[in-house]
Amino acid sequence: MGEASREIMRRARELVPEWTPDQVHEALKRKGEGAQDLVLVDVREKHEWNEGYIPGALHVPRGYLELQIEEAVPDKTKPVVLYCAGGVRSLMAGATLKQMGYQNVISMAGGFGQWRARGYEVAQPRTLGEAQRKRYSRHLLIPEVGEAGQLKLLDSRVLLLGAGGLGSPAAYYLAAAGVGTIGVIDSDVVDESNLQRQILHNVSRIGKYKAESARETIEALNPDVKVITYVDRLDETNVARIIADYDVIIDGTDNFPTRYLLNDASIIANKPVVHGSVFRFEGQVTVFKPHEGPCYRCLYPEPPPAALAPSCAEAGVLGVLPGVIGLLQAVETIKLLLGIGEPLVGRLLTYDALAGEFSELKLYRDPQCPACGENAHPENLPTYADVCALSA
Amino acid sequence: MATVRLAPVLRAAAGGAKQVSAQGNTLAEVLADLYRQYPALKEQIQPEEELSRFVNVYVNDQDVRYLQGLQTAVGPNDTVILLPAMAGGGQE
Repeated sequence: MGEASREIMRRARELVPEWTPDQVHEALKRKGEGAQDLVLVDVREKHEWNEGYIPGALHVPRGYLELQIEEAVPDKTKPVVLYCAGGVRSLMAGATLKQMGYQNVISMAGGFGQWRARGYEVAQPRTLGEAQRKRYSRHLLIPEVGEAGQLKLLDSRVLLLGAGGLGSPAAYYLAAAGVGTIGVIDSDVVDESNLQRQILHNVSRIGKYKAESARETIEALNPDVKVITYVDRLDETNVARIIADYDVIIDGTDNFPTRYLLNDASIIANKPVVHGSVFRFEGQVTVFKPHEGPCYRCLYPEPPPAALAPSCAEAGVLGVLPGVIGLLQAVETIKLLLGIGEPLVGRLLTYDALAGEFSELKLYRDPQCPACGENAHPENLPTYADVCALSA
Repeated sequence: MATVRLAPVLRAAAGGAKQVSAQGNTLAEVLADLYRQYPALKEQIQPEEELSRFVNVYVNDQDVRYLQGLQTAVGPNDTVILLPAMAGGGQE
Protein backbone atom coordinates (compact mmCIF):
# COMPACT_ATOMS: atom_id res chain seq x y z
CA MET A 1 0.00 0.00 0.00
CA GLY A 2 1.39 3.38 -1.00
CA GLU A 3 1.42 6.57 1.04
CA ALA A 4 -1.63 8.02 -0.67
CA SER A 5 -3.77 4.95 -0.12
CA ARG A 6 -2.69 4.78 3.52
CA GLU A 7 -3.89 8.37 3.82
CA ILE A 8 -7.26 7.47 2.25
CA MET A 9 -7.58 4.60 4.70
CA ARG A 10 -6.74 6.83 7.65
CA ARG A 11 -9.42 9.33 6.67
CA ALA A 12 -11.96 6.56 6.05
CA ARG A 13 -11.31 5.21 9.55
CA GLU A 14 -12.13 8.62 10.97
CA LEU A 15 -15.52 8.53 9.26
CA VAL A 16 -16.42 4.88 9.54
CA PRO A 17 -16.36 2.85 12.73
CA GLU A 18 -15.22 -0.77 12.49
CA TRP A 19 -16.72 -3.85 14.08
CA THR A 20 -15.08 -7.22 14.47
CA PRO A 21 -16.79 -10.28 12.96
CA ASP A 22 -17.81 -11.20 16.52
CA GLN A 23 -19.58 -7.90 16.98
CA VAL A 24 -21.33 -8.23 13.60
CA HIS A 25 -22.34 -11.78 14.44
CA GLU A 26 -23.78 -10.62 17.73
CA ALA A 27 -25.66 -7.74 16.08
CA LEU A 28 -27.12 -10.07 13.44
CA LYS A 29 -28.22 -12.42 16.18
CA ARG A 30 -29.99 -9.56 17.95
CA LYS A 31 -31.52 -8.55 14.62
CA GLY A 32 -32.80 -12.08 14.20
CA GLU A 33 -34.48 -11.68 17.57
CA GLY A 34 -36.04 -8.48 16.32
CA ALA A 35 -33.98 -6.12 18.42
CA GLN A 36 -32.16 -4.10 15.84
CA ASP A 37 -32.76 -3.18 12.27
CA LEU A 38 -29.51 -3.24 10.32
CA VAL A 39 -28.60 -3.97 6.74
CA LEU A 40 -25.64 -6.12 5.83
CA VAL A 41 -24.05 -5.33 2.48
CA ASP A 42 -21.40 -7.38 0.69
CA VAL A 43 -19.30 -5.10 -1.53
CA ARG A 44 -17.10 -7.79 -3.09
CA GLU A 45 -17.04 -8.81 -6.75
CA LYS A 46 -19.47 -11.32 -8.17
CA HIS A 47 -16.96 -14.18 -8.36
CA GLU A 48 -16.15 -13.72 -4.66
CA TRP A 49 -19.82 -13.64 -3.71
CA ASN A 50 -20.38 -16.82 -5.72
CA GLU A 51 -18.03 -18.68 -3.41
CA GLY A 52 -20.11 -17.87 -0.37
CA TYR A 53 -21.49 -14.94 1.60
CA ILE A 54 -22.90 -14.07 5.00
CA PRO A 55 -26.55 -15.15 5.18
CA GLY A 56 -28.93 -12.24 4.80
CA ALA A 57 -26.40 -9.95 3.11
CA LEU A 58 -27.29 -7.85 0.08
CA HIS A 59 -24.80 -7.91 -2.76
CA VAL A 60 -23.72 -4.51 -4.07
CA PRO A 61 -20.27 -4.77 -5.68
CA ARG A 62 -18.12 -1.77 -4.86
CA GLY A 63 -17.85 -0.88 -8.54
CA TYR A 64 -21.61 -0.28 -8.60
CA LEU A 65 -21.93 1.08 -5.08
CA GLU A 66 -22.87 4.67 -5.89
CA LEU A 67 -25.28 3.50 -8.60
CA GLN A 68 -27.09 0.76 -6.72
CA ILE A 69 -26.97 1.41 -3.00
CA GLU A 70 -29.87 3.87 -2.88
CA GLU A 71 -32.09 1.30 -4.52
CA ALA A 72 -30.85 -1.49 -2.24
CA VAL A 73 -30.99 0.59 0.96
CA PRO A 74 -33.36 3.54 0.46
CA ASP A 75 -33.48 4.47 4.16
CA LYS A 76 -30.31 6.43 4.94
CA THR A 77 -30.93 6.42 8.68
CA LYS A 78 -30.69 2.61 8.87
CA PRO A 79 -27.42 1.19 10.19
CA VAL A 80 -25.48 -0.34 7.29
CA VAL A 81 -22.75 -2.90 7.94
CA LEU A 82 -20.38 -3.34 5.00
CA TYR A 83 -17.95 -6.16 4.45
CA CYS A 84 -15.48 -7.25 1.79
CA ALA A 85 -12.83 -9.98 1.80
CA GLY A 86 -10.38 -8.40 4.24
CA GLY A 87 -11.87 -5.12 5.50
CA VAL A 88 -10.13 -2.57 3.26
CA ARG A 89 -12.60 -2.15 0.41
CA SER A 90 -15.53 -2.08 2.85
CA LEU A 91 -13.87 0.75 4.78
CA MET A 92 -13.49 2.82 1.64
CA ALA A 93 -17.02 1.92 0.54
CA GLY A 94 -18.14 3.15 3.97
CA ALA A 95 -16.51 6.54 3.39
CA THR A 96 -18.43 6.78 0.09
CA LEU A 97 -21.73 5.96 1.79
CA LYS A 98 -21.03 8.65 4.39
CA GLN A 99 -20.55 11.13 1.54
CA MET A 100 -23.86 9.96 0.09
CA GLY A 101 -25.66 10.81 3.32
CA TYR A 102 -25.88 7.44 5.05
CA GLN A 103 -25.78 8.28 8.73
CA ASN A 104 -24.82 5.05 10.41
CA VAL A 105 -22.21 3.11 8.44
CA ILE A 106 -19.98 0.38 9.88
CA SER A 107 -17.21 -1.62 8.23
CA MET A 108 -16.44 -5.17 9.31
CA ALA A 109 -12.70 -5.41 10.13
CA GLY A 110 -11.04 -8.56 8.82
CA GLY A 111 -13.85 -9.06 6.29
CA PHE A 112 -15.37 -12.29 5.07
CA GLY A 113 -12.02 -14.05 5.51
CA GLN A 114 -12.09 -13.59 9.27
CA TRP A 115 -15.83 -14.26 9.45
CA ARG A 116 -15.27 -17.64 7.83
CA ALA A 117 -12.16 -18.34 9.95
CA ARG A 118 -14.28 -17.80 13.07
CA GLY A 119 -16.50 -20.62 11.86
CA TYR A 120 -19.60 -18.46 11.42
CA GLU A 121 -22.33 -19.45 9.02
CA VAL A 122 -21.78 -19.00 5.28
CA ALA A 123 -24.45 -19.20 2.58
CA GLN A 124 -23.78 -20.59 -0.90
CA PRO A 125 -25.56 -18.68 -3.65
CA ARG A 126 -27.39 -20.61 -6.30
CA THR A 127 -26.03 -19.72 -9.66
CA LEU A 128 -26.62 -20.72 -13.24
CA GLY A 129 -24.32 -23.30 -14.75
CA GLU A 130 -22.02 -22.48 -17.65
CA ALA A 131 -24.41 -23.91 -20.25
CA GLN A 132 -27.40 -22.16 -18.69
CA ARG A 133 -25.55 -18.87 -18.64
CA LYS A 134 -25.08 -19.24 -22.37
CA ARG A 135 -28.58 -20.49 -23.16
CA TYR A 136 -30.29 -17.71 -21.21
CA SER A 137 -27.74 -14.97 -21.96
CA ARG A 138 -30.36 -12.75 -23.61
CA HIS A 139 -32.46 -12.95 -20.44
CA LEU A 140 -29.47 -12.18 -18.26
CA LEU A 141 -28.97 -8.94 -20.17
CA ILE A 142 -32.43 -7.67 -19.17
CA PRO A 143 -32.41 -6.22 -15.65
CA GLU A 144 -36.06 -7.26 -15.10
CA VAL A 145 -35.06 -10.89 -15.57
CA GLY A 146 -31.36 -11.23 -14.82
CA GLU A 147 -29.85 -14.19 -13.01
CA ALA A 148 -32.29 -14.03 -10.10
CA GLY A 149 -35.23 -13.95 -12.50
CA GLN A 150 -33.87 -16.80 -14.55
CA LEU A 151 -33.43 -18.90 -11.41
CA LYS A 152 -37.01 -18.03 -10.51
CA LEU A 153 -38.21 -19.21 -13.93
CA LEU A 154 -36.26 -22.44 -13.54
CA ASP A 155 -38.01 -22.96 -10.21
CA SER A 156 -41.42 -22.13 -11.66
CA ARG A 157 -44.20 -24.53 -12.48
CA VAL A 158 -46.76 -23.85 -15.18
CA LEU A 159 -49.73 -26.05 -16.08
CA LEU A 160 -51.14 -26.07 -19.60
CA LEU A 161 -54.72 -27.14 -20.09
CA GLY A 162 -54.52 -28.58 -23.54
CA ALA A 163 -51.54 -29.12 -25.82
CA GLY A 164 -53.46 -27.76 -28.79
CA GLY A 165 -53.56 -24.50 -30.69
CA LEU A 166 -52.94 -22.21 -27.71
CA GLY A 167 -51.01 -24.63 -25.53
CA SER A 168 -48.51 -25.49 -28.26
CA PRO A 169 -46.91 -22.07 -28.80
CA ALA A 170 -47.24 -21.18 -25.11
CA ALA A 171 -45.52 -24.37 -23.94
CA TYR A 172 -42.84 -24.16 -26.62
CA TYR A 173 -41.76 -20.63 -25.72
CA LEU A 174 -42.08 -21.14 -21.97
CA ALA A 175 -39.82 -24.16 -22.34
CA ALA A 176 -37.34 -22.09 -24.35
CA ALA A 177 -37.49 -19.41 -21.66
CA GLY A 178 -36.46 -21.97 -19.06
CA VAL A 179 -39.66 -22.42 -17.06
CA GLY A 180 -38.43 -25.39 -15.06
CA THR A 181 -41.57 -27.49 -14.81
CA ILE A 182 -44.31 -27.63 -17.41
CA GLY A 183 -47.40 -29.73 -16.81
CA VAL A 184 -49.46 -30.72 -19.82
CA ILE A 185 -52.95 -32.14 -19.46
CA ASP A 186 -54.61 -33.43 -22.62
CA SER A 187 -56.45 -36.67 -23.31
CA ASP A 188 -56.47 -36.27 -27.09
CA VAL A 189 -54.27 -37.84 -29.71
CA VAL A 190 -52.54 -35.98 -32.52
CA ASP A 191 -54.56 -35.72 -35.72
CA GLU A 192 -53.34 -34.56 -39.11
CA SER A 193 -55.74 -31.59 -38.97
CA ASN A 194 -53.98 -30.35 -35.81
CA LEU A 195 -50.69 -29.72 -37.57
CA GLN A 196 -51.94 -26.52 -39.23
CA ARG A 197 -51.42 -24.75 -35.86
CA GLN A 198 -50.39 -27.12 -33.06
CA ILE A 199 -46.66 -26.72 -33.51
CA LEU A 200 -45.60 -29.06 -30.71
CA HIS A 201 -46.64 -32.03 -32.85
CA ASN A 202 -45.47 -33.37 -36.19
CA VAL A 203 -46.23 -36.00 -38.79
CA SER A 204 -44.47 -38.79 -36.94
CA ARG A 205 -46.66 -38.20 -33.84
CA ILE A 206 -50.03 -38.69 -35.55
CA GLY A 207 -52.09 -41.05 -33.40
CA LYS A 208 -49.89 -40.47 -30.34
CA TYR A 209 -51.14 -38.74 -27.20
CA LYS A 210 -50.68 -34.99 -27.49
CA ALA A 211 -49.29 -34.80 -23.96
CA GLU A 212 -46.56 -37.31 -24.86
CA SER A 213 -45.82 -35.58 -28.14
CA ALA A 214 -45.53 -32.28 -26.26
CA ARG A 215 -43.04 -33.85 -23.88
CA GLU A 216 -40.83 -35.09 -26.71
CA THR A 217 -40.74 -31.71 -28.41
CA ILE A 218 -40.09 -29.75 -25.24
CA GLU A 219 -37.36 -32.09 -24.00
CA ALA A 220 -35.61 -31.87 -27.34
CA LEU A 221 -35.66 -28.09 -27.09
CA ASN A 222 -34.53 -27.63 -23.51
CA PRO A 223 -33.23 -30.34 -21.19
CA ASP A 224 -33.62 -27.96 -18.22
CA VAL A 225 -37.38 -28.39 -18.41
CA LYS A 226 -39.17 -31.17 -16.62
CA VAL A 227 -42.43 -32.10 -18.37
CA ILE A 228 -45.22 -33.71 -16.40
CA THR A 229 -47.93 -35.25 -18.55
CA TYR A 230 -51.53 -36.03 -17.68
CA VAL A 231 -53.35 -38.09 -20.30
CA ASP A 232 -56.64 -37.17 -18.74
CA ARG A 233 -59.47 -34.67 -18.70
CA LEU A 234 -59.72 -32.16 -15.90
CA ASP A 235 -62.73 -33.03 -13.73
CA GLU A 236 -64.09 -32.63 -10.20
CA THR A 237 -62.07 -35.58 -8.95
CA ASN A 238 -58.62 -34.42 -10.07
CA VAL A 239 -58.69 -30.64 -10.50
CA ALA A 240 -57.67 -29.63 -6.97
CA ARG A 241 -54.87 -32.19 -6.80
CA ILE A 242 -53.44 -31.30 -10.21
CA ILE A 243 -53.46 -27.51 -9.96
CA ALA A 244 -52.05 -27.54 -6.42
CA ASP A 245 -48.58 -28.22 -7.83
CA TYR A 246 -48.45 -25.19 -10.14
CA ASP A 247 -47.80 -21.44 -9.91
CA VAL A 248 -49.73 -20.36 -13.00
CA ILE A 249 -52.31 -22.13 -15.17
CA ILE A 250 -52.71 -21.49 -18.88
CA ASP A 251 -56.24 -22.11 -20.05
CA GLY A 252 -56.44 -23.36 -23.60
CA THR A 253 -59.62 -25.34 -23.11
CA ASP A 254 -62.40 -25.55 -25.64
CA ASN A 255 -65.45 -26.06 -23.44
CA PHE A 256 -67.47 -24.35 -20.73
CA PRO A 257 -67.58 -27.09 -18.06
CA THR A 258 -63.77 -27.24 -17.85
CA ARG A 259 -63.55 -23.46 -17.83
CA TYR A 260 -65.99 -23.10 -14.91
CA LEU A 261 -64.40 -26.03 -13.10
CA LEU A 262 -60.95 -24.48 -13.46
CA ASN A 263 -62.24 -21.06 -12.47
CA ASP A 264 -63.70 -22.24 -9.18
CA ALA A 265 -60.77 -24.51 -8.29
CA SER A 266 -58.24 -21.80 -9.06
CA ILE A 267 -60.03 -19.35 -6.76
CA ILE A 268 -60.00 -21.91 -3.94
CA ALA A 269 -56.30 -22.64 -4.54
CA ASN A 270 -55.47 -18.97 -5.25
CA LYS A 271 -53.76 -19.64 -8.59
CA PRO A 272 -53.76 -17.17 -11.45
CA VAL A 273 -55.25 -18.39 -14.73
CA VAL A 274 -54.12 -16.96 -18.05
CA HIS A 275 -57.12 -17.26 -20.30
CA GLY A 276 -57.13 -17.25 -24.08
CA SER A 277 -59.58 -18.05 -26.83
CA VAL A 278 -59.64 -17.85 -30.61
CA PHE A 279 -62.27 -17.77 -33.32
CA ARG A 280 -61.47 -17.54 -37.04
CA PHE A 281 -59.37 -14.35 -37.25
CA GLU A 282 -59.85 -13.04 -33.73
CA GLY A 283 -58.65 -13.91 -30.31
CA GLN A 284 -58.70 -12.63 -26.77
CA VAL A 285 -56.52 -12.85 -23.69
CA THR A 286 -56.98 -11.93 -20.05
CA VAL A 287 -55.60 -12.91 -16.65
CA PHE A 288 -57.91 -14.12 -13.91
CA LYS A 289 -56.02 -13.44 -10.70
CA PRO A 290 -58.09 -14.52 -7.70
CA HIS A 291 -59.28 -11.65 -5.51
CA GLU A 292 -57.26 -9.05 -7.43
CA GLY A 293 -59.43 -8.92 -10.52
CA PRO A 294 -62.61 -10.47 -11.85
CA CYS A 295 -62.97 -14.21 -12.40
CA TYR A 296 -64.61 -15.98 -15.33
CA ARG A 297 -67.94 -16.13 -13.49
CA CYS A 298 -67.86 -12.35 -12.91
CA LEU A 299 -67.72 -12.06 -16.68
CA TYR A 300 -70.10 -14.82 -17.63
CA PRO A 301 -72.17 -16.06 -14.69
CA GLU A 302 -73.67 -18.73 -16.95
CA PRO A 303 -72.78 -20.35 -20.25
CA PRO A 304 -75.17 -19.92 -23.16
CA PRO A 305 -77.76 -22.65 -23.67
CA ALA A 306 -76.66 -25.28 -26.18
CA ALA A 307 -78.78 -23.99 -29.03
CA LEU A 308 -77.35 -20.49 -28.64
CA ALA A 309 -73.67 -21.34 -28.50
CA PRO A 310 -72.60 -20.37 -31.98
CA SER A 311 -68.94 -20.98 -31.29
CA CYS A 312 -69.37 -24.72 -30.80
CA ALA A 313 -69.52 -25.63 -34.44
CA GLU A 314 -66.24 -26.26 -36.18
CA ALA A 315 -65.77 -22.62 -36.91
CA GLY A 316 -62.27 -22.79 -38.24
CA VAL A 317 -59.37 -20.67 -37.22
CA LEU A 318 -56.46 -19.11 -39.04
CA GLY A 319 -53.60 -21.37 -38.03
CA VAL A 320 -51.30 -18.52 -37.05
CA LEU A 321 -53.89 -16.88 -34.81
CA PRO A 322 -53.62 -19.27 -31.83
CA GLY A 323 -49.88 -18.72 -32.20
CA VAL A 324 -50.35 -15.02 -31.51
CA ILE A 325 -52.81 -15.55 -28.68
CA GLY A 326 -50.92 -18.48 -27.12
CA LEU A 327 -47.75 -16.38 -27.08
CA LEU A 328 -49.56 -13.47 -25.46
CA GLN A 329 -50.58 -16.00 -22.81
CA ALA A 330 -46.94 -17.05 -22.46
CA VAL A 331 -45.88 -13.41 -22.02
CA GLU A 332 -48.50 -12.87 -19.32
CA THR A 333 -47.34 -16.05 -17.61
CA ILE A 334 -43.72 -14.90 -17.49
CA LYS A 335 -44.83 -11.52 -16.09
CA LEU A 336 -46.79 -13.26 -13.34
CA LEU A 337 -43.92 -15.61 -12.53
CA LEU A 338 -41.38 -12.81 -12.30
CA GLY A 339 -43.72 -10.25 -10.76
CA ILE A 340 -42.93 -7.68 -13.44
CA GLY A 341 -45.00 -5.32 -15.57
CA GLU A 342 -48.76 -4.94 -15.62
CA PRO A 343 -50.47 -8.28 -16.14
CA LEU A 344 -53.81 -8.24 -17.98
CA VAL A 345 -55.78 -8.49 -14.73
CA GLY A 346 -59.25 -6.99 -15.22
CA ARG A 347 -58.46 -6.24 -18.86
CA LEU A 348 -59.51 -8.19 -21.91
CA LEU A 349 -57.11 -7.76 -24.79
CA THR A 350 -58.60 -8.61 -28.16
CA TYR A 351 -56.78 -9.05 -31.43
CA ASP A 352 -58.38 -8.79 -34.84
CA ALA A 353 -55.94 -10.29 -37.31
CA LEU A 354 -57.72 -9.10 -40.46
CA ALA A 355 -57.94 -5.52 -39.27
CA GLY A 356 -54.49 -5.70 -37.68
CA GLU A 357 -55.95 -4.23 -34.49
CA PHE A 358 -55.54 -4.77 -30.79
CA SER A 359 -58.11 -3.33 -28.43
CA GLU A 360 -58.82 -3.56 -24.75
CA LEU A 361 -61.95 -3.78 -22.61
CA LYS A 362 -62.10 -3.24 -18.87
CA LEU A 363 -63.51 -6.15 -16.90
CA TYR A 364 -65.11 -5.65 -13.54
CA ARG A 365 -65.26 -7.77 -10.44
CA ASP A 366 -68.82 -8.57 -9.49
CA PRO A 367 -69.17 -8.10 -5.71
CA GLN A 368 -72.07 -10.58 -5.86
CA CYS A 369 -70.07 -13.14 -7.85
CA PRO A 370 -70.91 -16.65 -6.60
CA ALA A 371 -67.28 -17.74 -7.07
CA CYS A 372 -65.18 -14.77 -5.89
CA GLY A 373 -67.61 -12.23 -4.38
CA GLU A 374 -68.14 -11.39 -0.74
CA ASN A 375 -70.34 -14.36 0.15
CA ALA A 376 -68.93 -16.72 -2.44
CA HIS A 377 -68.85 -20.48 -2.26
CA PRO A 378 -66.64 -21.51 -5.16
CA GLU A 379 -66.49 -25.09 -3.87
CA ASN A 380 -70.14 -25.55 -4.47
CA LEU A 381 -71.12 -24.28 -7.91
CA PRO A 382 -72.50 -26.00 -11.00
CA THR A 383 -70.11 -26.29 -13.93
CA TYR A 384 -72.92 -26.94 -16.40
CA ALA A 385 -73.12 -29.54 -19.10
CA ASP A 386 -70.85 -29.39 -22.09
CA VAL A 387 -73.11 -27.32 -24.31
CA CYS A 388 -71.01 -28.12 -27.32
CA ALA A 389 -71.10 -31.87 -26.74
CA LEU A 390 -74.89 -31.62 -26.39
CA SER A 391 -75.36 -29.68 -29.59
CA ALA A 392 -72.97 -31.81 -31.60
CA MET B 1 -76.84 6.46 -35.14
CA ALA B 2 -74.83 4.48 -32.65
CA THR B 3 -72.21 2.02 -33.80
CA VAL B 4 -72.66 -1.60 -32.77
CA ARG B 5 -69.60 -3.84 -32.88
CA LEU B 6 -70.30 -7.53 -33.11
CA ALA B 7 -68.07 -10.25 -31.71
CA PRO B 8 -66.97 -12.68 -34.43
CA VAL B 9 -69.43 -15.39 -33.36
CA LEU B 10 -72.37 -13.01 -33.95
CA ARG B 11 -71.45 -11.85 -37.42
CA ALA B 12 -73.05 -14.67 -39.37
CA ALA B 13 -76.41 -13.43 -38.08
CA ALA B 14 -75.68 -9.95 -39.46
CA GLY B 15 -74.60 -10.91 -42.95
CA GLY B 16 -70.96 -11.10 -41.92
CA ALA B 17 -70.73 -7.46 -40.83
CA LYS B 18 -68.29 -6.64 -38.08
CA GLN B 19 -69.86 -3.32 -37.31
CA VAL B 20 -73.40 -2.06 -37.95
CA SER B 21 -75.40 1.06 -37.09
CA ALA B 22 -78.53 1.19 -34.98
CA GLN B 23 -80.82 3.92 -33.77
CA GLY B 24 -82.01 4.76 -30.27
CA ASN B 25 -81.42 6.87 -27.18
CA THR B 26 -81.04 4.00 -24.76
CA LEU B 27 -79.38 0.61 -25.02
CA ALA B 28 -82.84 -1.04 -25.09
CA GLU B 29 -83.83 1.07 -28.10
CA VAL B 30 -80.56 0.52 -29.91
CA LEU B 31 -80.82 -3.25 -29.43
CA ALA B 32 -84.46 -3.22 -30.56
CA ASP B 33 -83.42 -1.47 -33.75
CA LEU B 34 -80.57 -3.96 -34.19
CA TYR B 35 -82.98 -6.93 -33.91
CA ARG B 36 -85.35 -5.24 -36.36
CA GLN B 37 -82.52 -5.16 -38.91
CA TYR B 38 -81.09 -8.58 -38.04
CA PRO B 39 -83.78 -10.72 -36.41
CA ALA B 40 -81.44 -13.69 -35.95
CA LEU B 41 -79.36 -11.66 -33.49
CA LYS B 42 -82.18 -11.37 -30.99
CA GLU B 43 -82.00 -14.99 -29.99
CA GLN B 44 -78.24 -14.97 -29.63
CA ILE B 45 -78.07 -11.81 -27.57
CA GLN B 46 -81.31 -11.42 -25.68
CA PRO B 47 -83.64 -14.42 -25.93
CA GLU B 48 -85.54 -13.16 -22.88
CA GLU B 49 -86.66 -9.78 -21.62
CA GLU B 50 -83.54 -9.08 -19.58
CA LEU B 51 -79.99 -8.94 -20.87
CA SER B 52 -78.70 -12.49 -20.78
CA ARG B 53 -75.92 -13.54 -18.49
CA PHE B 54 -73.78 -15.07 -21.20
CA VAL B 55 -73.40 -11.88 -23.23
CA ASN B 56 -71.44 -8.87 -22.04
CA VAL B 57 -72.57 -5.52 -23.37
CA TYR B 58 -70.34 -2.47 -23.30
CA VAL B 59 -71.17 1.12 -24.10
CA ASN B 60 -67.96 2.98 -24.88
CA ASP B 61 -65.87 0.26 -23.23
CA GLN B 62 -67.95 0.34 -20.02
CA ASP B 63 -69.82 -2.78 -18.96
CA VAL B 64 -73.53 -1.82 -18.87
CA ARG B 65 -74.09 -4.02 -15.83
CA TYR B 66 -72.21 -1.29 -13.96
CA LEU B 67 -74.04 1.51 -15.80
CA GLN B 68 -77.83 1.48 -16.10
CA GLY B 69 -78.25 -1.84 -17.90
CA LEU B 70 -80.81 -1.64 -20.69
CA GLN B 71 -81.62 1.95 -19.66
CA THR B 72 -78.03 3.11 -20.27
CA ALA B 73 -78.07 6.23 -22.44
CA VAL B 74 -76.54 5.79 -25.90
CA GLY B 75 -75.62 8.81 -28.01
CA PRO B 76 -75.20 8.92 -31.80
CA ASN B 77 -71.41 8.83 -31.48
CA ASP B 78 -71.33 6.03 -28.93
CA THR B 79 -70.17 2.49 -29.59
CA VAL B 80 -71.97 -0.57 -28.29
CA ILE B 81 -69.91 -3.77 -28.07
CA LEU B 82 -71.53 -7.19 -27.83
CA LEU B 83 -69.34 -9.95 -26.49
CA PRO B 84 -70.86 -13.38 -25.87
CA ALA B 85 -69.08 -16.15 -23.95
CA MET B 86 -67.03 -18.16 -26.42
CA ALA B 87 -66.62 -21.89 -26.26
CA GLY B 88 -63.83 -22.06 -28.79
CA GLY B 89 -60.40 -22.39 -27.29
CA GLY B 90 -57.32 -23.62 -29.02
CA GLN B 91 -57.68 -27.29 -28.36
CA GLU B 92 -60.35 -28.65 -30.62
